[in-house]
Amino acid sequence: MDFAAVVTLEILYMIAFLALTSAGLAIVFGMMRVINLAHGEFVMLGGYTTIACAKAGINIYFAMLVLAPLVVGIFGLVVERLVVRHLYGRMIDTMLATWGLSLLMVGLVSLIFGNTAVSVPAPIPGYQLGNFQMGGYNLFIIAVATLMVIGLWLLLRTTRIGLVARGAMQSAEVASSLGYNPNIVYMWTFTAGAALSGLAGGVLAPLTGLLPSSGGAYIAKAFITVITGGAAVIAGTLSSSVIFGTINQLVSFASTPVLGEIAMLALAIVLLRLMPQGITGRFFRNST
Amino acid sequence: MNDAFAAAGRMRWGWFIAFAIALVLLPAVSETHTPTLLAIWALFALSLGLMWGYAGILSFGHAAYFGLGAYTYAITAMNTGESTAPLLLALFVPACVAAVIGAMMFYGRISDVYMGVITLVVTLILFKFMNATAGDAYRIGDARLGGFNGIPAFPILNVPGDPSTQIFGTPFYYVSVFCLLGCYLVSRWILAGAFGRVLLGIRENQARVELLGYNAPAHKTAIFTVTAAMAGLAGCLFANWAEIVTPSVFSLGQSAEVIVWVIAGGLGTLVGPMLGAAVLGMLKLLLGQQTLIDNSLVLGAILILVVLLVPRGVVPAFLAWRARRERGAASRRSAQGTRRRRQRPVSGTT
Repeated sequence: MDFAAVVTLEILYMIAFLALTSAGLAIVFGMMRVINLAHGEFVMLGGYTTIACAKAGINIYFAMLVLAPLVVGIFGLVVERLVVRHLYGRMIDTMLATWGLSLLMVGLVSLIFGNTAVSVPAPIPGYQLGNFQMGGYNLFIIAVATLMVIGLWLLLRTTRIGLVARGAMQSAEVASSLGYNPNIVYMWTFTAGAALSGLAGGVLAPLTGLLPSSGGAYIAKAFITVITGGAAVIAGTLSSSVIFGTINQLVSFASTPVLGEIAMLALAIVLLRLMPQGITGRFFRNST
Repeated sequence: MNDAFAAAGRMRWGWFIAFAIALVLLPAVSETHTPTLLAIWALFALSLGLMWGYAGILSFGHAAYFGLGAYTYAITAMNTGESTAPLLLALFVPACVAAVIGAMMFYGRISDVYMGVITLVVTLILFKFMNATAGDAYRIGDARLGGFNGIPAFPILNVPGDPSTQIFGTPFYYVSVFCLLGCYLVSRWILAGAFGRVLLGIRENQARVELLGYNAPAHKTAIFTVTAAMAGLAGCLFANWAEIVTPSVFSLGQSAEVIVWVIAGGLGTLVGPMLGAAVLGMLKLLLGQQTLIDNSLVLGAILILVVLLVPRGVVPAFLAWRARRERGAASRRSAQGTRRRRQRPVSGTT
């Protein structure tokens, strides 16, 4: 019984992890059809911001929930203006430029912080569940991920900002004829995506510790989650997070964590072959 | 369109022979360790350049076949103790894997982005798996896969039929250069024939080519397989150069590097990718000797600048500039000519 609870919690944590780390990428891909390969490094930057602020004596919750999204959001804004803006509509070129950006960021961070692991202790102590020692901080991550998904849904579905963003995504021409400059919409969408990546990095930093190359660990998982999810931002990311999170943890428990990841990646290939438009290309078609 | 077809079929024998002679004479003036590596990287870039530049297929995980070639060679060489069969297998195994994956993708009509993901994920699976193969449980015959530490101390290339005569140093440089030039000629031959023309057609407009009755998925799978074999050959040579194979051959960085080489050198040419690999590879080696500036910082900056400023790559940009200048000179000449012709009757009547 305890074991079942542990497995369920671990699965929930993995789903939350995937939803958190892919939300930023999903917004940018879903709204703008831009694949940001520097996404992992945006997450990493959020993590470094949190750790640097926490070490400087700032409250860690304030650092991860406010400062990390803010810093990475501003960074995303600068990147959009300098690089991505020139490449809209050229998908492959955008991927290459953002890949270059990711290499650049890895180099910069290693120059500034050094090529060694940094970490900060999790602010929530563990607890005992039957015979198992559980990380209390995992529950916090699950809560943050849930709140983030609900918040995003409300923002996109019920506010004017969400309406404009969804409109610009469906037809940039119509949106601009109604007086909304698509350039401005894209700029803020990219910034919001970057801020979400920063949030993910900040929240996950105490759990994972960070290296300049940590971004690579996020990008692949986020990438397959988003692409397999398809064009609908929230429904797609959620459904593929659930599928991949469950498979990953079940196989991990049955064998080794490495096999769990391999099973997840292999499943992604199979799913893409069966549903080339992603999950939301076939199911939940009219969702957000 | 016409330019694209003409450029694809053109073989400049003069340049080729001059360049080949230069490569053959190189050991007289320089050490061969670094040039060998550059030749191997150029071969790797050539394989991606052929597929991406001419068939329009971008693989985000071309390192998978490079790594498979390296691992296949190392494992079979340890088991057989000689190098002829392992060398052939290092071409054959990546080609088979690519044929299966390629057929799955191309017959499934998966679009560009999704193809990028699948190729990337295949590489990641190999990378994660190879990193986790430490310990005695993972062995193929006499070869322990060795996990993160890789496979050291396998027999290097030998003269076919004579395992005691090993090829290293300058002779190995000649083997690498021979492979590079050979693969270049094979690429030229592929592009000059009907098969290559169909590939170019697919790159420009796949629907139109299919309406003309060509089987696009079969052609794409075929070129995917051929270039994977070339990448496998490069991987096999790399294993012999490094004399150790580690999972880093499958890393994202390796896949990224070769894409940077190809795009910086020039898409849609064969010389561009090779040149890009040699120049940027040399730059990487030089940067590796100092610790002031991080290597990936420079690589990333180059990639961003190339995509923003010369999105077609350096060699095509140079060719376009030269063509423009020649056309400009020609039109100036013809403009002068027409002016003169017009002037003559006028001067004649007065």
